[in-house]
Amino acid sequence: MNIIVCIKQVPETTHVQIDPQTNTLMREGVKSIINPFDMYAIEEGVRLKEKFGGKTTVLTMGPPQAEAALREAISLGCDDGILLSDRTFAGSDTLATGYTLAMAIKEIKDFDVILCGKQASDGDTAQVGPGISAHLDIPQVTYVKKIEEIKDKIITVERMTEEGYDVVQTSLPCLLTVVKEINEPRLPSLKGMMRAKKTQIITWKATDIEMENDRLGLTGSPTQVIKVFTPPPRPKGQIFETTPQDAANQLVSLLKDQI
Amino acid sequence: MVDYQLTEEQTMIRDLCRQITDEKIRPVAAQYDQSGEFPWEVMKVIAESDLFGLYIDEQYGGLGGGIFDLCLATEEFSRGCGGIAVSYAACALAAYPIILFGSEEQRKKYLPPLAKGEKLSAFGLTEPAAGSDASAIQTTAKKKGDDYILNGTKHFITNGGEAEIYTIVAMTDKTKGPRGASMFVVEKGTPGFTFGKKEDKMGIRASATRELIFTDCRIPKENLIGREGMGFILTMKTFDTSRPGIGAQAVGIAQGALDEAVKYAKERKQFGKSLSSFQGLQFMLADMATQVEAARALIYAVAREIDSGKKDVAKNSAMAKLFASDVAMKVSTDAVQILGGYGYMREYPVEKFMRDAKITQIYEGTNQIQRNIIALGLIKEMAKQA
Repeated sequence: MNIIVCIKQVPETTHVQIDPQTNTLMREGVKSIINPFDMYAIEEGVRLKEKFGGKTTVLTMGPPQAEAALREAISLGCDDGILLSDRTFAGSDTLATGYTLAMAIKEIKDFDVILCGKQASDGDTAQVGPGISAHLDIPQVTYVKKIEEIKDKIITVERMTEEGYDVVQTSLPCLLTVVKEINEPRLPSLKGMMRAKKTQIITWKATDIEMENDRLGLTGSPTQVIKVFTPPPRPKGQIFETTPQDAANQLVSLLKDQI
Repeated sequence: MVDYQLTEEQTMIRDLCRQITDEKIRPVAAQYDQSGEFPWEVMKVIAESDLFGLYIDEQYGGLGGGIFDLCLATEEFSRGCGGIAVSYAACALAAYPIILFGSEEQRKKYLPPLAKGEKLSAFGLTEPAAGSDASAIQTTAKKKGDDYILNGTKHFITNGGEAEIYTIVAMTDKTKGPRGASMFVVEKGTPGFTFGKKEDKMGIRASATRELIFTDCRIPKENLIGREGMGFILTMKTFDTSRPGIGAQAVGIAQGALDEAVKYAKERKQFGKSLSSFQGLQFMLADMATQVEAARALIYAVAREIDSGKKDVAKNSAMAKLFASDVAMKVSTDAVQILGGYGYMREYPVEKFMRDAKITQIYEGTNQIQRNIIALGLIKEMAKQA
């Protein structure tokens, strides 16, 4: 079984600073990590390989320093890494990113399962995974919390919903986005870290992949960020300091007034 | 911290062990300290990270490093929990006789599962009547045909009951005194090999300390390590190699206590100022930090010396263990002092560092025995010069 895990390098902070001029993330001086949700995708990719054999390839698009994220994934058990890095990819929104990753995956050709984290901790869109599957025209299941079975090119998974979970069956190849309930990611192993150091990371430029140039980078990105702002905090609620009966009456009349 | 010119690989080991300590050891240290349960969950993480194989040759599935690597790992783990760290390091103590003096068959059989961390190991020397005076051991191994029959009781054995592979010192010829001792490998599950009382300890409570009982326990003669009568020499050579590991445990405990003390001194306010602004406490912290760094420097230097293949390391190895463990006791006690009343409470981690530190002055040879070894080394050196 051949597995592809798509990951993203993100800034390590829960307090991401936005540049007010350009409305983009300020990355200076912030340590980069693998998107936390992608760690679960990596772990699941490695577990699938350990169970069924085959190979787990980790794929990312980003600046040259994103190579570090690929090496970390290899130290966690992935076999090899592909970095999509080219100036023409810069400024990609989720549509262009999904397209570029999908075209690269077409180039890899042989795959059964594509795994993504449910969303990235910086953008929080949860669009790239589903976008890849649409561009590749393969089935997708989002918010997967368990892979129940893979048999005869059919995969059965549990998909988390707000009320509980759905059991979904689909054919391979397919794309899954995973939630953190799916596993507990392992720590790297020393042998894995040494292998990661030695492994040759494959870098593809735009010209290495067959794709339409006007669908890449800023040109291929219809999303425009008009404004980024912190929403005002919710105002304090009103407290009725009286008997429960009286409070209920006051509440009902207040609600009636507002309708 | 002083830059010790670690290689890229050593930096990797230290960083990985630090990550394990921060994510997997520190959060559970107090819980294991209280329950006294064996930290199997953490041992599994350490095994999966290949760290049990640090000091075992690559041909047996290890990483081919040495005592220095073991010290780096033990030090980092000890910053989180001295009990978990010694459960890890005690495996090295038991594996080293096989690494250093085992036959090719013994190495092939026992080292691969130890390197993978599939099995833990334990070293059995101490007996109720034989502590510092190791020559007083009563456990016997009588040759009978192609087997040895073991009888006797070992106690205070780290990893006892949890380990699968035991290196045991027993008398093959009592009339010869220390020269009548021999060393054997005994596997858990061998008929006649059972476990007795599990000790309730002051510190390193996550580690298992237990009695080993041999009652007509029959092992094949192939389990003899080295030759008959070599038991004590092999034991002393093993200790010479392993002592910096205990020193590293002590340095880790001291560093962990110091870190807590500095953190608290910055946060805690009295008389309208943070504790760290009082010169009396600044001087204490400065002394603690200097002592920790000096201990670390000595441990690293001796560990590197051992890895370089130097023959007679007994004196230096004893100095490293002696100094580092005394520093650990001093620094952890001062850390409790800096935290004041809070330091004495179980809610804060420093009293545990103090309890964990104490054992490092006692085991793998008390610090009084270390001084004997150092003095003996000095006298020998002097005699050579004369």
